[in-house]
Amino acid sequence: MHIVVCIKQVPDAAQVKIDPITNTLDRSSAPAILNPYDEHAVEAAIAIKKQFGGKVSVISMGPMMAKDIIKKCISMGADAGYLLSDRSFAGSDTLATSYILTMGIKKIMEADPVDLVLCGKQAVDGDTAQVGPGIARRLNFPVLTYVQKVESIEAGTIIVQRKMDNGYEIVSCPLPCLLTVEKDISELGYASLPEMIRAAKYDVITWGVNIIAADTTKMGLKGSPTSVRKIFAPEERVGGEPLEGDIKTVTGILVSKVMEKLS
Amino acid sequence: MTVNIAQTCIGCGACVAECPYGAIDIGPESTAIVNPSVCVNCEQCIAVCPVQAISLPPELRHIVKDLEPDHHGSCNSSTDLPASSEAMADMTPTRDLVWVLAEHENNVLASVTLELIGAATDLARKLGSTVGVLLLGDNPECLISTLQDHGADKIYIVNHHVLANYRTEPFMQCVVKLVQKYSPDILLMGATTLGRDLAGAVATDLQTGLTADCTQLDIDIEKRILLASRPAFGGNIMATILCLDHKPQMASVRPRVMQALAPVSGRYCEVIYESIELSEESISKKVLQIVRDNIERVKLDEAKIIVAGGRGMREQNGFEMLKELANILGGVVGGSRGATESGCLEIKRQIGQTGQTVAPTIYFAFGISGAIQHVVGMQRSEVIIAINPDRNCAMMKMATYPIVGDAYTIIPELIKQFSQVMASRQQEGSHE
Repeated sequence: MHIVVCIKQVPDAAQVKIDPITNTLDRSSAPAILNPYDEHAVEAAIAIKKQFGGKVSVISMGPMMAKDIIKKCISMGADAGYLLSDRSFAGSDTLATSYILTMGIKKIMEADPVDLVLCGKQAVDGDTAQVGPGIARRLNFPVLTYVQKVESIEAGTIIVQRKMDNGYEIVSCPLPCLLTVEKDISELGYASLPEMIRAAKYDVITWGVNIIAADTTKMGLKGSPTSVRKIFAPEERVGGEPLEGDIKTVTGILVSKVMEKLS
Repeated sequence: MTVNIAQTCIGCGACVAECPYGAIDIGPESTAIVNPSVCVNCEQCIAVCPVQAISLPPELRHIVKDLEPDHHGSCNSSTDLPASSEAMADMTPTRDLVWVLAEHENNVLASVTLELIGAATDLARKLGSTVGVLLLGDNPECLISTLQDHGADKIYIVNHHVLANYRTEPFMQCVVKLVQKYSPDILLMGATTLGRDLAGAVATDLQTGLTADCTQLDIDIEKRILLASRPAFGGNIMATILCLDHKPQMASVRPRVMQALAPVSGRYCEVIYESIELSEESISKKVLQIVRDNIERVKLDEAKIIVAGGRGMREQNGFEMLKELANILGGVVGGSRGATESGCLEIKRQIGQTGQTVAPTIYFAFGISGAIQHVVGMQRSEVIIAINPDRNCAMMKMATYPIVGDAYTIIPELIKQFSQVMASRQQEGSHE
């Protein structure tokens, strides 16, 4: 069983601060982390490997600093890590990104066929959830999104639970296929010391555009159908004056306002 | 001498791709850096930077180009119609250029569908066009009249037993074929579990642009293109995304953001039956079982009154009080991520970026400071009542009725007064 996990380095959204005067992001406030959903995908891949044997490869597209998250995955137990990095990738939207990652996965497949591709359900910086289904389409793999549990893998068929708004559905699908996963898919563990040492010494495999034989017209800004026209601060809602007085009075005013609104 | 890159750079890489000399790269801090020995000050990067972070050094500045005019207003507020006669000339008024995918489960319509038709109607009017709706399913005809009454001008139906339970591949096949046949300009889907699953696959297959999770839609009337705006970086900023040279321009739209139109019964609508060849044998994915939560779904998105608590509630006991207040008012309890993370509130009750989006008549915010991730999920509430000791926090500033104080002293009084009022109201009702 060869599992490829697609991962992304993201700014920790919870810690992004905004400059109240210029309405711009203060990037230095946000450390770069492994996208949380991807972390659960890697952990799930390791669990499948433990059960069925095989190999876990992780792949990411990004600048050289993204080696950090690949090393983190190695410390979690991944066997190989690939970084797709090239100046021509910069400015890629989700369509172009899914193309580049697909070309990377195809390159991995040349040496070692892939049975399963895992992605986090979305990245917390963009929240688009588009790249996973895009890769599946390009690889011509069936896609199963929002997977919360792998029930079984048997005789070349995987059975999973897909999370829905009001429950879940159980779906079967032959391998190879692509899953995008919820956090429920796995419990995060701790890296062991030997794995951490291995990760520290691990030399991330870095591929540029020529190695993955990708068409440069399909990537970067030129290969991206969407573009950002402008960025602006969200509209601010202006509230009223604080209600003043003792608790009884304030509550009384509030109750009458609410009842007025509801009648 | 070389171009300056300001701190406002968001590291989008637009300049890297644009630079004909390869002088710009994304540096270790995820912002653009310029190699001064290669840069020739051609200014091409300045033109493409979406946040105007790049500038010429003062010594080289000559004429500052006009920035593009802002396009404020969402599709719900603006009623501009194309004014120039040239714009009117190349319109094809009868063709439905704006399409909506009707989402339903076992022929029960998802509420986002009617919201999308409402938004699409506004976009279509600006394009001098009409709205087409794709209705795929197993005998979905029962939904025609609802779609029609709410603004569908044309409905394309694919009726096939294979489409009974949603699966990406056959749905994608149908949408792609219909788009190829009729070439709409715009295709909207809900940013729901189903819509987001399908949209990514369809856009990849059609090799077109897709903007996810939009909260504002508008039309650049002059260029006749969709302006799709969405929150980015956890809602801290909004980005307007264009898809210039590819059709259809696709967008998934967050539920509870757009407004459905009031139904008009018997309005004209054309229904077109499409037959698309599908076979169960060719679909490798099988839905084996659908499991519904036994617990009643938390209907935050439909609630008229929401009583929400945040980190400031500190303990479980506080949420018991909120529950009591909600019961009296016939409301539903929700909360911020602070509340769910502390374990005081179930995760399915979370409101905000990673939870549900709500738009109640009345929203109580107890001990919620108003982090942007929470605010994006509740800012469309009609009346906001905030109770917080910090009068300067974001929630207090945006609230219709802010009250400075501790929730624990105010809630018991609210419970007392509301139960009195409600009781007397019920008595009045029983006398009638």
